[in-house]
This record gives sequence, structure tokens and C-alpha cells, in this order.
Amino acid sequence: MFEFIHVLQNQTFMQNAVIVGLLASVACGIMGTYVVVRRVVFISGGISHTVLGGMGAAYYYGFNPIHGAFVVAIMAALLIGFVSLRYHQHEDTLIGALWAVGMAVGILFIYKTPGYNVDLMSYLFGNILMVGRESVKLVACLDLLIISIVLLFYKRFLAVCFDEEYTRLQGIGVMSTYLLLLCLIAITVVMLIQVVGIVLVIALLTLPAATARYFAPSLGSMMILASIFGAVFTTSGLIVSYEQNLPSGATIIVIAGTAYIVATVLKGLVSRFRSYDKK
Amino acid sequence: MNKAVVEIRNVDFAYDDILVLKDITLTIEEGNFLGIVGPNGSGKTTLLKLILGLIHPLRGSVRVFGQAPELARHSIGYVPQHAEIDPGFPISVMDVVLIGRLGKAPLFGGYRKIDREMAEEALKEVEIYEFRSQHFGTLSGGQKQRVLMARALVGKPEMLLLDEPTASIDGRVEQDIYELLKRLNEKVTIVLVSHDLGFISTYVNRVACVNRSLVCNPTEHVTADVIEACYSGPVHMIKHKCEL
Repeated sequence: MFEFIHVLQNQTFMQNAVIVGLLASVACGIMGTYVVVRRVVFISGGISHTVLGGMGAAYYYGFNPIHGAFVVAIMAALLIGFVSLRYHQHEDTLIGALWAVGMAVGILFIYKTPGYNVDLMSYLFGNILMVGRESVKLVACLDLLIISIVLLFYKRFLAVCFDEEYTRLQGIGVMSTYLLLLCLIAITVVMLIQVVGIVLVIALLTLPAATARYFAPSLGSMMILASIFGAVFTTSGLIVSYEQNLPSGATIIVIAGTAYIVATVLKGLVSRFRSYDKK
Repeated sequence: MNKAVVEIRNVDFAYDDILVLKDITLTIEEGNFLGIVGPNGSGKTTLLKLILGLIHPLRGSVRVFGQAPELARHSIGYVPQHAEIDPGFPISVMDVVLIGRLGKAPLFGGYRKIDREMAEEALKEVEIYEFRSQHFGTLSGGQKQRVLMARALVGKPEMLLLDEPTASIDGRVEQDIYELLKRLNEKVTIVLVSHDLGFISTYVNRVACVNRSLVCNPTEHVTADVIEACYSGPVHMIKHKCEL
């Protein structure tokens, strides 16, 4: 622990890692809440895996892979969102296809890129210790963007998630609201990929929110609580991974998963105890 | 004769290739308390969705308040089946009712004071005001039903459409719901869908029996005999058809 604090005080890479982790937790808490209550976990998984195609292509053509990731994530969100509302019965097949094809395209591009392919593993499993000042600024800006859009559209997003049909009857553009929501989720996914990588991003997006759901009476409180949980999971994951010399992404996810399972068991025990009490 | 609120003329509707409704003609007049009855899968809910303009007929026409259904939505309060709503969703009773003001509230930001006042008024009207801050999912079936009715009423509709309002509710509460509807009927036209007939006849003043086609004359005023005749007869006939 002392060693970690010492490194944190003296090394910019660790400062960047902690700051990016905390900033990403904000977006992760807010958008993860929508992912959990609207039940779009599979859609988010589809977006995150398709992103490898964009990262690989950008890498091959010499662009910043994160920029490629943003472009492809938004495209995937719009396509999946459109299909899920219009052709609901084919939704999971299409997501499954995009998921696999996106990854395959990414792997082909990375394979064809000359030089040593060290980046593949860090795309897939993340490497928060590698993030630079640029990423910190980018994540901070995206946080601001997400918070302002969610504040503006809070009641619409709530209505679309709670009861889509009734929202349509209110004369609200359900398709545009839903697509905007999915685009924000896509942006969050790309932010989180830098923290834990493509394969683990879905866990970081959903586990803090799913844990918060047990304690939160409203959507707003669930977002705040999920952000706090996200911050605790990423920071403690960083500490443990540094102290024990473990990969940071996997450590963060194991901590988040354990917390979720413990919360689930506790919640189950409490409600059983309560119903026993009533008898 | 009162003003016609809904006019459905020679409507056919099919999901994919399966004909769900065939040659339906039905007029609903202002102030009616109409019960649409029929066995499961007979197309009752489909009929409601046609009136709401959520789906469109294959053939024939639907007019609501003399307009296309989509344009008349602001005059309709719709109460869906509460069982289809996720009970784990973190939302308060008040926030559920406020969704009924979404179309009239400003595009950005929160609801206005007037929206909240109207939501409170609607909650009082269905006698569930004391539960306004509670988590929606923790309410009983009958209470949820009232909340969804408040959400429909908060838009000041001229007609209420209810889909199985007493499904998964016990008899005592069912009676309360119907008494409430009877009171609301003094101000608004009510159309309700139900698969169970026993109770409905005491409250509604007209009944339409749907089983792919409209099998009894809806203009007739309801007596127990009428229901008995239009329900049991055709139901058996349809059953025989299915076996073929």
C-alpha cells in the first residue's frame, strides 16, 4: 500500500491511470445504469467487440486506434439500434454477426500491419498504465458531454427505458431518443476500453450499475451509486494489481464481480429474512 | 345518437400471414363504457392497438375523433397490462405518472410545476396519492393498475383504453377498480378489454365480442342473456374450427 502511494506521488503514469479510472467511472456509472435497466447488455457487448475492427483498421492505416474505435462504435450503435427497434426478432443474430465479424476484421488488419504486434493484447485486455495525458483530457471531455446530454434528456431517456410503447404514444421520437442513448453507450464503451480492454469492458459497464440497483430507489441515485462503486473497483483494482504484480484490467473485473456476487447474496438473504419476519 | 368517438370500418389485420382480425366494423360513441371480450388470442389487444395507431390495418379504415389514430393520441389515455412492466425498474410512482405529461412538457430538462401538480391531481383521483414516493415495483397488482390509470388520466384524455385492467388481481380489488372506472365514465368514454366476462357485465353499458371477427352486435344494450348468447355459442364454434 505504501509502495503504491509512493509511486502515485512520484510517477505520472500512475497518476494518469488513477485519474482515468476515476473519470471513466463517472460515465460508466451513468451509462451503465441505462444498460442495466434497459437490458441492452448484449447490444453493448456487440458494440464493444465490433470496435476491434475500427481499431485494427486505424492501426493499419497509421491513425490513432482510439479514433477508429469511436467511428466504428457509433456506426455499430446506430445499426444495432435501428435493427433492434425495427426488426426486433432478428436483433440477437445481427449482434452476434457484427460481434464476430468486427473482431475478425480487426485481427486481419493487425496481422497485416508490419512490425511487432504488441498492441493486440492491450486492445483486448486494456492497459491502464499506458494511458497518457491526452487520454485523460479526452475522457474528461467525454464525461462532460455525457453528463450534459443526460441532464438535458433525463426524462426522455427514463420514459424510453421504462415503457417504450407509452413514450411513442406521447408523440416522442422513440427511435431518435433510443439511438442517442446507444451512441452515448458506445462512447462510454470506447472510454472504458482504455481501462480494461474490449473483452472485459462489458463487465465494467454493467457490474457497478447492477450492484447499485440493489440499493437505489431511483435512476438518478442508481447512477451516483454506480459511479462510486466504479471508482472504488477501478482504484482498488489498480492498487492490488500494482502490489501483487497482476494485470490491472483483469484484477479490476474480478473485484467488481466479487462485489456484485456478495451484494446479490446479501440482498437475497435480507429479503428472505424479511419475508420470514412477516410470517 | 351520441357523437362517434371511434369508427372502425371493415378492418382486416394480419401479423405476418396470420389473419388476426377479419372485417371488423365497430362504432364507439361518446360516453360509452364498452367492454371488448373474447377468449385469449382472439385479437382484443390488437383492436386496441389499431385504435391507438400503433399498428395499421391491412384493409379498411380506423378514425378516432374524426382523425387518423396517430393524430388523436393526445385525446386518448392508454392503460397497458402492468404485468408487462419490469418490477425491478428503479422508478417512483410519481415518475411513472409524469411520463403521461412527457408529450406536453418542455423538450429539455425536468418537468414543470404544472406537470407535477397535474400528476398529483391524477394520483388523488385514483386514490393512490399516499404512495407517490414509493418504488413502483413494490406495489401490489391493484395499486400498480391505479398508477397506470393515473398516468393515462394526467394527459386529460377524452377516452380511456384499458387492456385487461383486472388481470392478476383478486376479486375484491377488481370490484374497486370497476367502481373507479364507473365514476370516471361520468367524464370520459371508456373502452376496456377483458377475457373474463363474469364481472364486466355489471359495469359496462355495451359489449363487443371479438373472436377474429366481431361476433355479436355491439349496439345492443347488455343483459346477462346477451353475453351468454354471444360468448358461449361462437366460442364453441371456433374451437371446432381449430380442431379441423
